[in-house]
Amino acid sequence: MKMKAVIPLLVFIVLVILLGYGLTRDPKEIPSPLIGKPVPVFKLAKVLKPNENISNLNFVGQVSILNVWASWCASCRVEHPIIVEFAKKHPLNIYGFNYKDQRSDAIRWLKYYGDPYIASAYDVTGSAGIDWGVYGVPETFIIDKKGIIRYKKVGPMTKEFMENTLLPLLKKLENES
Amino acid sequence: MKKSRICLTGLLFILLSSNCLAAMNLYHFEDETKKARFKTLIHELRCTVCQNQTIADSNADLAKDLRDKVYKMIQDGKTDEEIKDFMVSRFTDFVLYNPPLKPGTYVLWLGPGILLIIAIFFLYRNIRRKELEQQNDFDESQKQRIANLLTENTTDEKSKGLDK
Repeated sequence: MKMKAVIPLLVFIVLVILLGYGLTRDPKEIPSPLIGKPVPVFKLAKVLKPNENISNLNFVGQVSILNVWASWCASCRVEHPIIVEFAKKHPLNIYGFNYKDQRSDAIRWLKYYGDPYIASAYDVTGSAGIDWGVYGVPETFIIDKKGIIRYKKVGPMTKEFMENTLLPLLKKLENES
Repeated sequence: MKKSRICLTGLLFILLSSNCLAAMNLYHFEDETKKARFKTLIHELRCTVCQNQTIADSNADLAKDLRDKVYKMIQDGKTDEEIKDFMVSRFTDFVLYNPPLKPGTYVLWLGPGILLIIAIFFLYRNIRRKELEQQNDFDESQKQRIANLLTENTTDEKSKGLDK
């Protein structure tokens, strides 16, 4: 009979644990189906050099990062200086992906806030963005030597994230054959 | 003052509700079935930015792009399945308002039914136990009295029947 009185309490505790766990999760973070898949096929002009292209072929052969940004994106403004700082300290193989922006605005942004990228792809229509599954700028993809997407971060990267998650992952991927 | 405020609120509602219609009117279809398919599809796909809206309802830039994409794919002769697969391969099952039945969603689809069955089982057991308890609540002398009363009753009825 005593056991019975405990059951509602147990159910309640389990419920609290489950709901508590639910609260720690970010509903904005949709797991990317692209993880473990090769970089989607695309070819876009560069922001600063419209005559040159960036394509999926740029992501084969070395570990690289693709950072999706836009001049209209408020959280990019928070993230950008952190990337700039970080790129000064660590040699990053980082590409930009300028999403649904005006070229003039994008160029002004890079001149004003600094350009940590090897180059930025210019996706004015956002159609390549759809192929990458971009839905909330900023987003960051980490790609291994074979051109396989291994990690995706939605939302601005923080210094902690870059030091505690990004760097170890880059090192790990670097050591893969 | 108050009246104008009510008017403004009303106007706002009208403007907001017409979004969806406006979204439909931007697209031209040569036949009605394609139009109907487009309408169903954009109501079944979730806008990944504003997560509680379909791409039909949402004003987000991405929702517009996805509507354009659905439109283009329909015009290109793609089937509904192909269009949904295209979206799922980029944004996961999350884009579907009707998630498919598969191991990852068993809890979602079957959970409520299982809970209902468990609840019915406990309800049945409780009712059954209460019934048994009531039956066993009487001691021997009481049971005897019940039996007597019942037989009395039946003989009464029988005698009534005979009277008639």
